[in-house]
Amino acid sequence: MITLTHYLVVAGAMFAIGLVGIMRRKNLLMLFFSTEILLNAANVGFAAVSKFYGDITGQIFAFFIIAVAASEVAVGLGLLVLWYKRTGSIDLDSLQIMKG
Amino acid sequence: MYEAIAFYLFSALTLGMFSVTVLSKNALYSMSALAGGMIFISGFFFLLDAEFLGVVQIIVYSGAVMALYAFGMMFFDTTQEVREKTECKKTLYTLSLFSAVLIVLIVAAPIMGANIEATYPMSAELGNVQTIGLVLFTKYLVPFELAAVMLLVAMISGIILVSKRLDHSITLHDEDPKEEAL
Repeated sequence: MITLTHYLVVAGAMFAIGLVGIMRRKNLLMLFFSTEILLNAANVGFAAVSKFYGDITGQIFAFFIIAVAASEVAVGLGLLVLWYKRTGSIDLDSLQIMKG
Repeated sequence: MYEAIAFYLFSALTLGMFSVTVLSKNALYSMSALAGGMIFISGFFFLLDAEFLGVVQIIVYSGAVMALYAFGMMFFDTTQEVREKTECKKTLYTLSLFSAVLIVLIVAAPIMGANIEATYPMSAELGNVQTIGLVLFTKYLVPFELAAVMLLVAMISGIILVSKRLDHSITLHDEDPKEEAL
């Protein structure tokens, strides 16, 4: 029998994988991918709670998360393309221009 | 029994795909693995009786977002090596500690929220799509419209950022904006 806890553990593991990606990768494109993983982990958690408590609100908020993720990709990828045009690098360390 | 098999299969596949995404050196491999992981997540949604959410997940993530990444990657030199070195070990350990605490909170959340009552319960005679439509267009109409405005703003900003004078920096050369305005 699969309970809510199973789903939440899987969502937590997904979130941990995304956090590992954010912490150890220096490629900016990989940071975007890891953000997608984090948002998807939250979506799975919302859908699981929605099912096991019989409430539709979780799924509605998952839709809003999907909308936020879509706009984040559009704006972020545009900024990343612009940054690559300027510096020729998608290294995270190239963003450190205010080093004191 | 069937649900258990599907759950464990999907969780193993999703976690494997996302690990490939995070750990792969090649950006193209990790993008493909991310697209696969999105499809398996929609499998979770179908398993959780959220059919509409699963279909939206396939269309939006595996379709739109992944196509956007694929076209965006054409602007980059993805074979370029990015140095993956971590100097600040202290920051890394602090963040790991925070994420461990976060995992504990996520797993313990059902215990804390044991007496949650459904505000908008799912009715048996209406399907998933009808219920979502009813709630989304009555109770959540204003957030829905705001999300529409946000998507419009994101679309306009994406077009402006990428397509305007691709070979020319729009932020570095601010000293002579007069002749560009024409």
